[in-house]
Amino acid sequence: MLYSEKVMDHFQHPRNLGKMEDADGIGEVGNAKCGDIMKMYIKVENDIITDVSFNTFGCGSAIASSSMATEMIKGKPVEEALELTNKAVAEALDGLPAHKMHCSVLAEEAVRAAVQDYYDKKGMANEP
Amino acid sequence: MQIYADNAATTRMPGAVIDVMKECMENIYGNPSSLHSPGQRAAEVLAQARESVALMIGAEPKEIFFTSGGSESDNQAIRSAALAGKRKGKTHLISTAFEHHAVLHTLRKLEGEGFEVTLLPVYENGIVRAEDVRNALREDTALVSVMTANNEIGTIQPVKEIGAACREAGVVFHTDAVQAAGHIGLDVKEMNIDMLSLSAHKFGGPKGTGALYVRKGVPLLPLIEGGAQERGRRAGTENIPGIAGMAKAFSLSMERLEENRAYVSGLRDALIEKLSEIPHARVNGDRERRLPGNVNFCFEGVEGESLLLLLDADGIAASSGSACTSGSLDPSHVLLALGLPHEVAHGSLRLTLSAENTMEEVEYMAAKIKHAVRYLREISPVWEELEKGERKHVI
Repeated sequence: MLYSEKVMDHFQHPRNLGKMEDADGIGEVGNAKCGDIMKMYIKVENDIITDVSFNTFGCGSAIASSSMATEMIKGKPVEEALELTNKAVAEALDGLPAHKMHCSVLAEEAVRAAVQDYYDKKGMANEP
Repeated sequence: MQIYADNAATTRMPGAVIDVMKECMENIYGNPSSLHSPGQRAAEVLAQARESVALMIGAEPKEIFFTSGGSESDNQAIRSAALAGKRKGKTHLISTAFEHHAVLHTLRKLEGEGFEVTLLPVYENGIVRAEDVRNALREDTALVSVMTANNEIGTIQPVKEIGAACREAGVVFHTDAVQAAGHIGLDVKEMNIDMLSLSAHKFGGPKGTGALYVRKGVPLLPLIEGGAQERGRRAGTENIPGIAGMAKAFSLSMERLEENRAYVSGLRDALIEKLSEIPHARVNGDRERRLPGNVNFCFEGVEGESLLLLLDADGIAASSGSACTSGSLDPSHVLLALGLPHEVAHGSLRLTLSAENTMEEVEYMAAKIKHAVRYLREISPVWEELEKGERKHVI
């Protein structure tokens, strides 16, 4: 099998899937030419990510990485979400094939982009 | 339910082929190079297989060289013709942009060794033009290599016309017939072919066995050095079960060629018609001049690998030209050669049918594919942009 059971589970039953109409931050990364685009939506209350969702155009591991990343930041303080690494996403999925690691990088970048958008909208500086 | 719709990748072996191979493994254990009776029995099986394979393509038995498969046949044909040309000062090679990698990578290697390679366009319909070949021929052209039918989009090339142009110019013409053999009729004499590559497992034979036809009088240099097998052109003890299995599979395919062609192309056309109902979808490659079992589509806003995984969960085995399925960053060079943009080429799906498929399966596949495409579009930010008009529809 190319993918772990966890990857297949998150691919076949993605968590937090779909658009969010009243998002506080939206991040979009990747490009269609390369075959991967992730769009992540976050809802923030008192600096806590109370809700998160995503839409992804991409391969199985891109969809699974997005799904896993949303689970990992849901309910977490915004600053903690910024600390999410692609390695942590890949590990949580019980690993990704070497040529699919870039999918986990996209997930990390999508989270950062969504948080950055939230900060921008709030007029706050991003303090890494 | 398991529906196998990836027959261009490989085929299931019929029981009659397995029986022949089993008989060889059990009883024809001798080495055909040995003088004793068990060896001579193997030599007899080898000779019969050679005769049978030759008959299927209108060749002489002496013109057939058994190899390990399509890739080896392609490598040997091209390298041999290139080196034979070089001895006469000819270092120009002509091929097409959408050949199999066994051809393209061999040409690239030869380019590094000082040869000049011209890759002809295949146009939007995936068909090479014989006049382009004619115009590309030069005094120093050593070889023209154009596939008989494309492995991804199934388009059938005007091999006879291309062969005629080459024959007229005195240039060696090789064709990779790996996808065509056993599915459409081949006659090397009528089609003006000098060299032709075959692979057993694409028509119900075993993996790891193939053949190279080389017209009498055309030089063939060995790729593998060693013993005097295959008249000194291909060393190594012959794979008797594989070769006998290939001969059996080939003759079975040819016996049923017309019957299968009518039946399988009926399934193909029904599937194409049903999938064409999906908005922003297109068939890749010429509708008429294509292999009986080949269906190849692009669905905008959808990525091919995730589509394959969803279909696999529904019991459908298919393939895609998406980058994600190839392990590289670029989508299929075949789809790009048709002029498709990268983002559309990522959303390709290939279904290659055989006589084992049924109309019920076609209906089931069409329903599941429609469902999967709809779902993937729902979750695709690219589709959202297309629908909002923020991104332009290409198809």
